Amino acid sequence: MNLNAVKRVQLLTLFVGLLFFSLGARAALEIEITQGVEAGIPVAVVPFEWKGSGVPPHFVSDIIEADLKRSGRFDTIPRGDFLSNPHDHTEVNYKDWRLIKAEALVVGRVQRLGSDQYQVEFRVFDVFKSKQLTGFRYSVPGKSLRKLAHQISDIVYQTLTGERGAFDTRVAYVTVERSPARTRYLLRVADSDGYGAVTILESKEPILSPAWSPDGLRLAYVSFEQGRSMIFVQRLGDGKRELVASFPGLNGAPAWAPNGKMLAAVSSREGNAEIYTIDLQTKQSRRLTNHLSIDTEPAFSPDGRSIVFTSDRAGRPQIYRMRVDGSGVERLTFEGNYNARASYSPDGKRLTLVTNQGGGYRIGVFHIDSKGLFVITDTTLDESPSFAPNGAMILYATQQGNSGVLSAVSADGRVKQVLRFQKGDVREPAWSPYNRKL
Amino acid sequence: MRNKTSIVLVVLLGLTLAACGGKKGVKDGAEDEGVSTTALGDGTGGMGSALGAGGDLATNNTVYFEYDSASVTDDSRLLIEAHAQDLLNNPGATVVLEGHADERGTREYNLALAERRALSVAEIMVAYGVARDRMQTISYGEERPESLEHNESAWALNRRVVILR
Repeated sequence: MNLNAVKRVQLLTLFVGLLFFSLGARAALEIEITQGVEAGIPVAVVPFEWKGSGVPPHFVSDIIEADLKRSGRFDTIPRGDFLSNPHDHTEVNYKDWRLIKAEALVVGRVQRLGSDQYQVEFRVFDVFKSKQLTGFRYSVPGKSLRKLAHQISDIVYQTLTGERGAFDTRVAYVTVERSPARTRYLLRVADSDGYGAVTILESKEPILSPAWSPDGLRLAYVSFEQGRSMIFVQRLGDGKRELVASFPGLNGAPAWAPNGKMLAAVSSREGNAEIYTIDLQTKQSRRLTNHLSIDTEPAFSPDGRSIVFTSDRAGRPQIYRMRVDGSGVERLTFEGNYNARASYSPDGKRLTLVTNQGGGYRIGVFHIDSKGLFVITDTTLDESPSFAPNGAMILYATQQGNSGVLSAVSADGRVKQVLRFQKGDVREPAWSPYNRKL
Repeated sequence: MRNKTSIVLVVLLGLTLAACGGKKGVKDGAEDEGVSTTALGDGTGGMGSALGAGGDLATNNTVYFEYDSASVTDDSRLLIEAHAQDLLNNPGATVVLEGHADERGTREYNLALAERRALSVAEIMVAYGVARDRMQTISYGEERPESLEHNESAWALNRRVVILR
């Protein structure tokens, strides 16, 4: 009786622990499919077997399933439909998976090796061909399990779509916490799924326009901490930072050259907002635009030869392109009365931008060669779009309720998800480049 | 642009003087809340003394703008003129012109737009004889809204230049 009670308490504790863990893990970010995913690849991700006492520090298979789902390329099959729960190739019965119309199957297990060391293995199967496509085994400390899960997602994604995955990447964004007593601006960096957020700068004054260096090791951003807008570059590794633009007037819109040695940015030191380049080594700056209108929001092409920017020289903001020395300015967008904040896709063929064609401020994809502009969101206060480093998705900010939220949309506009961060007004997202291979 | 602006200014100065002499420069609409131009119209003496009697230049310190525009309306011009006069009467004083934008559109464009609004106000002050170095312009873009709501009246309140002594 007594023993039984103790056992029950333990079980209950375990259950409550699981519940709490699971709530904690889910609370930071919820995936919300706002548009159909029927065209995705039907994939079954079987919960990985846990070999160890207590609760694993992270549910690796949950992370993988959420990644695949969020990409919009997959239709994840509900676990309740599974007829079996295999963990390796010896346990897979392909018939079970054909019956529930899975085309791909992901299985695996996590085993505790030491106090904080885990062995993780996974395998991916083609259900129709009845064969294993790939499989790996790793040994990592507990703190690396989330990162490993995203790396596994990248492998699964590439195996099944043939394209590189971008799950093992990060996002930078700004959160505003308003209370009657004070307003706090936080510059944060999180995993691409919003977990593991770390505040890298906190200020009472506005922060905006975070921009990743091409090597993913530094962020340039605009901070009002000294009373007006100035541009800083901060190293993520040690938090050291440098003031790179504090010219009279406004300083804003930093954008990295692909070689990581130069920024394009906006300064109004000669009267109105113009685009300059700033050499990060010498701090020499060079004026690129010279027009009485607003010229802002520069972005380099991936080959480093061109810069697109926003200008209202024709009356309303539109996207223009120039050579990196400022010559050869040409207008790119003509559709709609507001096109701004363009940035390139990794292949250099498309731009994502904010567009208003009468229905509000939405995210658009502009095809540079054909000049086709496609509106891919249907909300009204969307801003700050950036491509994932594989070009498959676009991260942007929108308003939901009375708060800013981050949202991701597949580059074709078919699948949208709100990434719901828990606290504060979230804005200014920027998707990192691929993580450096260490 | 500078030439063009000066011409526009001369014309508008004329308009302003006409407005002072005759009708009251009152305009309705939410965007003018907080800006009372009636005191000016009722003033019998100089611009500055009329407001001085009211003693509220410190509260009558906000110039509002139309969407995606940095053009100052005639009514606002009266307010700016009053502040200019006040600065001329107080040679030691300086002002900060804080430019703001509503939340619509992109943040960096709005940063530039709000600065242009502050510069518009500064140019008018200069036209009234205030030395440019007595005015500092700061753009906050859409970062410091007066109203946090997401509607036309909130946006109208947020498109502004605040003249701070």
